[in-house]
Amino acid sequence: MTQMKIPVVRNILQANDRLADANRKVFDGAGIFAINLMSSPGAGKTSLLEKTIDALAGRIKMAVIEGDLQSDFDAERIQRKGVQAVQINTEGGCHLDGNMIQMALEALELRDVELLVIENVGNLVCPAEFNLGEHEKVMILSVTEGHDKPLKYPLMFQLCSALLINKIDLLPYTDCDIDVIRSSARQLNANQAIFEISCRTGDGLPEWLDWLEAKVRSSRGK
Amino acid sequence: MHEMAIAQSVLDIAKQEGYRHGLRRISMIRLQVGALAAVVPDSLKFCFEMLSRDTIAAGAVLQIESVPVVARCSACRELFEVENHVFLCPQCDEPALELVSGRELSLTSIEGETGDSNDADENPSGAQHSAGQ
Ligand SMILES: Nc1nc2c(ncn2[C@@H]2O[C@H](COP(=O)(O)OP(=O)(O)OP(=O)(O)O)[C@@H](O)[C@H]2O)c(=O)[nH]1
Ligand SMILES: [Mg+2]
Ligand SMILES: [Zn+2]
Repeated sequence: MTQMKIPVVRNILQANDRLADANRKVFDGAGIFAINLMSSPGAGKTSLLEKTIDALAGRIKMAVIEGDLQSDFDAERIQRKGVQAVQINTEGGCHLDGNMIQMALEALELRDVELLVIENVGNLVCPAEFNLGEHEKVMILSVTEGHDKPLKYPLMFQLCSALLINKIDLLPYTDCDIDVIRSSARQLNANQAIFEISCRTGDGLPEWLDWLEAKVRSSRGK
Repeated sequence: MHEMAIAQSVLDIAKQEGYRHGLRRISMIRLQVGALAAVVPDSLKFCFEMLSRDTIAAGAVLQIESVPVVARCSACRELFEVENHVFLCPQCDEPALELVSGRELSLTSIEGETGDSNDADENPSGAQHSAGQ
């Protein structure tokens, strides 16, 4: 019996990364722009999707993958808007992974779809580590969560190319300082696009929709 | 928490490499975890301990080395260490162009005992039973 040390050097998430790469090939092959939409529970992911679907109806063909621990409430909300949606239940899992997306893609009719939004499980930590094959990561922070969140969850803010600050209609009732969110987000990721929105009143949504539409068009132009 | 999924991958890789190199027991696994990675070391160790029971890696020590966050400036192209989550170059105050390190989640080595000839049958070929991840 001998003691032995074996150098290995392997990426621990390589199994997930390979699946994410395969998903990315499916998206690119079908001409689909894919977004991984993340936030803490209840920040307004599904509300934003409902507003986005209404605004882009007839202009951009969408499909949605909904991730939740349990229930298919969110997929039903999307389907009621006339957009195809698949629900993934993680049964306790705190994030979506490449394998779940691969399976969900089999249940979607991808023909003519231009924009796929994947609504991740509500959580500001874990989903950041797992690539799904998306082109962009987008996040929502609602003003009721407090302005200290960027520095408490740095990875999420660092990786997202767009940050939507939602529920600004509630600002008068909170002590949230949007300038603090903006400056700490800039410090983490100076290239991040920031939108102040309310899914309740519709404020700020046109700027978000312009950004999104430009992304979809430029990815399809390639 | 996602530490469970990460612990499962660590175990899968360690077992695979252990079997491939004829180890009968794995006593130490070295990991590099970037300071920006959303991983809590204690939670990872706890999950690993639960998952590795009754495997060749049972009781193995997880030695976790933290890797600092280093970025390249988009203006002067110099590398700088990111402290207190400030991804701005201390020289030019310009944003980081790319992250050079800090998101590592890698297994760098395993240590263990090689098998004697009389327990060579302890090495099943299908080392990976949870390929789904
Ligand atoms: N006042 C106000 N309420 C909002 C706004 N956006 C969403 N809400 C409410 O916030 C609650 C949660 O919204 P959802 O869209 O379900 O949030 P979610 O992020 O999809 O939630 P999970 O999928 O459960 O994580 C609902 O009651 C929404 O009506 C907003 O801009 N202002
Ligand atoms: Mg939702
Ligand atoms: Zn510089």
